[in-house]
Amino acid sequence: MSIGLTHYLIVSAVLFSIGLYGALSRKNAIVILMCVEIMLNAANLSLVAFSRFITPDQLSGQTLAIFSIVVAAAEVSVGLAIIIALYRQRKNIDVSNINLLKW
Amino acid sequence: MGINIAFWVLAILAVSGALIVVSMHNLLRTALGLILCFLSIAGLFITLSADFLGIVQVLVYVGAIAVLIIIAIMLTREVECSNMPSRFKLLALLSGILFLGVAIWVMLNTDWPVSSTTPAVPTTATLGNLLFNQSGLVLAVEIAAMLILAAIIGAISVAREK
Repeated sequence: MSIGLTHYLIVSAVLFSIGLYGALSRKNAIVILMCVEIMLNAANLSLVAFSRFITPDQLSGQTLAIFSIVVAAAEVSVGLAIIIALYRQRKNIDVSNINLLKW
Repeated sequence: MGINIAFWVLAILAVSGALIVVSMHNLLRTALGLILCFLSIAGLFITLSADFLGIVQVLVYVGAIAVLIIIAIMLTREVECSNMPSRFKLLALLSGILFLGVAIWVMLNTDWPVSSTTPAVPTTATLGNLLFNQSGLVLAVEIAAMLILAAIIGAISVAREK
């Protein structure tokens, strides 16, 4: 049985749900950021799979994936800077203790 | 045939890397699981005949983002036993399984218009033409460059020691 679009989409969905579970259930801010990265990678994987199997001659999904990688790099750099600043202020990056803005 | 074996091996490696991230208690092992996940996704890109994106994935994610995350782990000094679940663990597990079920149901029940054209390899020249020549994506590339610049300046000014 040859590998088709659905196989890649299911791998991407499994990765996304693992990332979703981790981002919702962990307390360490760095682990939450890692899980967000896993979710972004799963989205990129499905974009490239659509590009390969549905429009193989246009590469439009791959250009979108390039922009998504750029946004992910910007997001992780600013996120880690915020986490380091938080650690300087509070000596702690447990998100259940950082609830100043919680309503 | 070879590409089928490569797909299964890389898919299992990617999923096990992601499982290491959500299950290990030592943060450094978590970061190594993340690197395993990123590398196998780069391999999956190459099996999808996206060679340029596979290399970009290795350069950006493994070369930059994973190193940045490891440096942040070192700076925050909470390596041992700090990857503990919160009290919403069961709810999170439930929502993950719910999302997985809905996504797989939609994927299996949609009639995708799969094209049988063979993809163009190597993709680098085509991607360069698409980004810089036709179709007006140059503006988006410039905006992405401005976004990266803003992110660099923002990260430096937020993380700087006062």
